[in-house]
Amino acid sequence: MAKFIDNVKSFVNTKILKKSHKRENIESSYVLETKALGITFGGLKAAQNVNLKIKKNQIYGLIGPNGAGKTTVFNLLTGVYQPTDGEFFLNGENLTGLPQDKINHKGIARTFQNIRLFNNMTVVRNVMVGLANQPEFKCNLFESIFRLPRHFKVEKAMREKAKELLRIFDLEDERNNLACNLPYGKQRKLEIARALATNPKLLLLDEPAAGMNPHETEDLVNTIKIIREKFDMTILLIEHDMKFVSGLCDEITVLNFGTVLAEGDTKAALNNPEVIKAYIGG
Amino acid sequence: MRKFVKNYLSYTVIGSLAIILTIMGAIGALPGTTLALLEQSAIAIVLAVSLNMVVGFLGELSLGHAGFMCIGAYVGGKLAVLLSSSLGGTNILTVILALIIGGLAAGLCGFIVGLPALRLRGDYLAIVTLAFGEIVKNIIENSEFFGSHTGLRTPDFTTNRSMRFMLFTIGAVVVLLTIFVIQNVIKSKHGRAITAIRDNEIAARATGINVTKYKLMGFVVSAVFAGLAGVLYSYSVQSIQAVTFDYNYSIEILVIVVLGGMTVNGSIISAVLITALNNILQTKLGGNIAVAKDLIYALVLILLVIYRNAPSLKTFREKYNLGNLWIKLIKPKNDPSKVGEDAVRWDVVPTKISMDEVLSTDVIIDTTGDNSADIGERGGNK
Repeated sequence: MAKFIDNVKSFVNTKILKKSHKRENIESSYVLETKALGITFGGLKAAQNVNLKIKKNQIYGLIGPNGAGKTTVFNLLTGVYQPTDGEFFLNGENLTGLPQDKINHKGIARTFQNIRLFNNMTVVRNVMVGLANQPEFKCNLFESIFRLPRHFKVEKAMREKAKELLRIFDLEDERNNLACNLPYGKQRKLEIARALATNPKLLLLDEPAAGMNPHETEDLVNTIKIIREKFDMTILLIEHDMKFVSGLCDEITVLNFGTVLAEGDTKAALNNPEVIKAYIGG
Repeated sequence: MRKFVKNYLSYTVIGSLAIILTIMGAIGALPGTTLALLEQSAIAIVLAVSLNMVVGFLGELSLGHAGFMCIGAYVGGKLAVLLSSSLGGTNILTVILALIIGGLAAGLCGFIVGLPALRLRGDYLAIVTLAFGEIVKNIIENSEFFGSHTGLRTPDFTTNRSMRFMLFTIGAVVVLLTIFVIQNVIKSKHGRAITAIRDNEIAARATGINVTKYKLMGFVVSAVFAGLAGVLYSYSVQSIQAVTFDYNYSIEILVIVVLGGMTVNGSIISAVLITALNNILQTKLGGNIAVAKDLIYALVLILLVIYRNAPSLKTFREKYNLGNLWIKLIKPKNDPSKVGEDAVRWDVVPTKISMDEVLSTDVIIDTTGDNSADIGERGGNK
């Protein structure tokens, strides 16, 4: 009987109160630090023993051949998957096991490999959705329904802030178009703008240059550099375009079959014979 | 002017109609049957606009709307019966109290059902809400307190003209309140979160939206107004029976919403049209209406779909498009490509993309991305 009660208690704690991870914070000088992060799907080890250490204001690359587990790592860091092993910390704060929206509130924002915008909403509203969770734009449902002064104040402030963000991305003229009517390059930019609107400390970009022509890629490199300077942002990105990676990233980590193959300085890691072997084969 | 029309068109039209009809009723120019028809329209509008919150803006299929209406009808009706000895059944205070309690009861049920059910998606949610509607119907049908299968007799508003009239006025006020609240919810940051969930749930989560909270918000608001419609219904028919609120009724509301193009104004128009159609069929065909009604609904839907898509009718549609007519009326020299911030749908969506446009855009088809690794395929279906 006592054992049964213990079982019930642990079930309530883990499943209902979600206390499974006693999240302990650490002292860390890194923006993002992961400790032996990993996940297994059944028997498949999609990612294991991933240790990332990303300094403030750094552009960090995560590369690897197809199916290496790059997007899986992103999904772990944004709470889409719950890690089966390890923990990760944002500025020393343990975020392991939090739901996606909470992780976003704590300061990790992401974009997607295949663009995911709110297609039937205008560009400016896409950004305003991202702004909604910031404390300065607080406005409860009652105030919105009865159109109390705070509603108008907040709406106006949000619209101004959204326009400001869109101006940085050169999208201000498009603000009243539906998001689905934008050209591909601009959709990418809008997705980044929406992620930045949530005021993150770390920005995750999943293959930002995929499907872009050289002109658009060049534009994107500039945009990312502007983001880093203007927002004092730390960026972690996945990319297949090696020119893009070597031109932009300060440090990289190379993944293959879910494990870390090489890490450190971009040039050195890219010239690592193991990495070349993984990409070219042989 | 544009902004005014856009934001307050529905209020002004319905408000002025209500006032005109009230005056007409007061001087005795409206027959009782017309008043009854107007009451039915008011109920249909409230139901359609509130269901549109779930179907149109939240993007989930709910087939239990009649269940919420049933709760509102019985709670409100029973309250009036209980209060009839002390306060008077047809007293305006009783009606207002019944509306509040009935609406809250339906909202509470919406909360309780929505909490587990909104973790489901698509067809599964539809099945759960369908089951909910049936459960409510059966519980009430078998409860002595609510008069079991003989039904519940609510205070009679038809005895005297001014009573009937008060009911109609209250109905008009409830319609305006429904439109007011739902429009304002949708045109706020909360509404944006709700439509964001509809457009892309995965992206909404990643943008920091608490999906469960906002889905629940939409569901509960919708249930509250279904409850209000139920209270109105219970007063307008004097005797309610749980059998009325079966799933066919839910489907009927859904048909109204879909016919209205899943927008607020569209729902209002189609609610009035369907009620009128129902009424005409009832008076013309008499007895065996149930079969013919479904048949004619189907015909109307098919005809509308054909009208909407038939290539041979394209020029006709463009020429006599209601939206375009409005634009011409409001601003004759307006360039349709330059529209205001909160642009309405019809002038933003391009009708057809020309081949030149296709060739000139910078889109390059992505062949490198391994899309199977993206969460849409695996994580999205959690």
